[in-house]
Amino acid sequence: MADLKPANLWRKFLALPNDNLTKTLVFAFLLALTASVIVSVAAVGLRPYQQANLERERQARMAEIVSALPQISGLLDETGVDALEVRIVNLETGEFAPDIDPESYDQRQAARDPARSTELSPEADLAGLKRRADYAPVYLLRRNRNLALLVLPVRGTGYQSMLYAYLALQSDGNTIAGLTFYEQGDTPGFGARVEDPEWQALWPGKKIADEDGTIRISVVRGEATGPFEVDGISGATHTSNGVANMLRFWMGEDGFGPFLAKLRAGGV
Amino acid sequence: MTKTLGYITDPLVKGNPITLHILGICSALAVTTSVATAFTMSAALTVVLMLSSAAISSIRHHIPSAIRLIVQITIIASLVIVMDMFLQAFAFEMSKRLSIFVGLIVTNCLVLGRAEAFARHNPVWPSILDALGNGLGYSLILLTVGAIREILGSGSFLGYAVLPLVEDGGWFQPLRLMLLAPSAFFILGFIVWIIRALRPEQVEQPEFRVQGLDDGGRS
Repeated sequence: MADLKPANLWRKFLALPNDNLTKTLVFAFLLALTASVIVSVAAVGLRPYQQANLERERQARMAEIVSALPQISGLLDETGVDALEVRIVNLETGEFAPDIDPESYDQRQAARDPARSTELSPEADLAGLKRRADYAPVYLLRRNRNLALLVLPVRGTGYQSMLYAYLALQSDGNTIAGLTFYEQGDTPGFGARVEDPEWQALWPGKKIADEDGTIRISVVRGEATGPFEVDGISGATHTSNGVANMLRFWMGEDGFGPFLAKLRAGGV
Repeated sequence: MTKTLGYITDPLVKGNPITLHILGICSALAVTTSVATAFTMSAALTVVLMLSSAAISSIRHHIPSAIRLIVQITIIASLVIVMDMFLQAFAFEMSKRLSIFVGLIVTNCLVLGRAEAFARHNPVWPSILDALGNGLGYSLILLTVGAIREILGSGSFLGYAVLPLVEDGGWFQPLRLMLLAPSAFFILGFIVWIIRALRPEQVEQPEFRVQGLDDGGRS
C-alpha cells in the first residue's frame, strides 16, 4: 500500500540515490521553480526603484540638453521654467494631440501596444524599431512666445542595444542644436562612447536636410566634411551607422517629418 | 577556533583566488580603474559567493550527479541576477559604471570554483566562511589594483584628489596607461611576482622542459 503522506513522500524522495532519474528530474524542477520565484519576486519588487532611477536620469539628461545650449540656459534664466512646454504629437498627421496628457503618456509602452502603434515595413524601418508608437512627446522651448528650440525624443538600434537620445533642433527644424544619449547598452569603450560629451559636442550646428528637403545627415568614418557629416566613433561602425539611421528615420516621413513640415509651414 | 579563522585568513594571501589560482581575472581587469568600482564589485562578488556557497552546501547531499554543474550555475546565476537588479535599484550610478560586469559574475570561475571545490563537500557554516575568505581575498587584490590604477591614472583616491594634476596646476602628469586594461595585467603580474618571491611554495612546476637545457639552462 503506497504511503501518500507528503512528509513521507518527501523523505522517500530525499532517500533516493543521487543518480536516480526521478530524483534528477524532480530536483531540476524544484530548483528551477525556486530560482524563478526568487528572480521574479526581486524583479517585480525592485522595478519601481529602477524606474524611478531611470526617470531621474531622463530628467537630468533633459536638463543637461537644455543647459548645454548657451542661448537656451541663459534664456531659461530670464523667463523661468514655463518656457519649456511638452506636447504630444500625432506622428502620422503631424498635428498636436491635445486630448493626450503628456504627463502620463509613455511612448515606450505605447510602442509595444499594437492598438497604439504602427508596424513598420522593413524598408521604412531604418532604425530597426519594428513598431513605432503613433504619438510622441515633443518639447518646445519658447522665448517671447516664439519657438527657440525643439527637443525630440529619438531611439534606434545600435550595435547590440537600443539607443535612446534627445535631439534638439533650432527653430528652423533643420539645424541640430544638440544630441544627447541617455540610455544605451552598447560595448563599453566602443559603442558606449555615444554618451561621451566630446562626441556629442560634434553635433551642434550640423544640418539634417539640404535645401531640397533631402535628408543628408550621416556619420562618416574619419574626418567629417561639410554640414551634413559627423565623425564616426572609431571601432564602433555599427553604433555610428545606427545613430545616423536613427536620425534619418526620425527626421523622415515615418518619424517627425510631417510634424516638422507643419511646423515650417505654419509655425507653432 | 584557529581552523575557523583559517577558512577566512587562508585565501587572503596563502591561497588567494586571484594570485594563486589565477581565477576571476576578467573582472579584475575591467572594474579596477577606480577604487569605488572595485569596491562595489568586490562586495557584490563576496555576497554572491557567500549566498551561493550556503545554498549549494545546504543541498550538497541531494544534488543529482548528472546535473551537478547546471544546478550550481542555476543557483549562482539567479543570485547574480538578483544582485544586479539590487544595484540597479539602489546604486544606479554605480551599476551604470560597472555595466555588464556584475552580470558576468556568473562566469567568474571563482564562484563556481568554490562551489565545486569546497561547498559541495563541506557543511554550511565552513562553506560560508570559506566563501567569505575567498571573497575577501578577491577584494584585497581588486582594491590594491584599483588603488594603484586610480592614484597613478587619475591622481585621486576614492574620487578625492591626492596628487595635484598638471591640468589643475599641479605637478603630476597622470599615466593614461593605468586607465587601460593592460595596466591591470602588469600590476597583477607584479603582485603575483612579489607574493611568489616571498612564498616560493606557490611557484608552479614548469609544464614542459626544453630538452638539452635541463642541466645548464634556467631550470
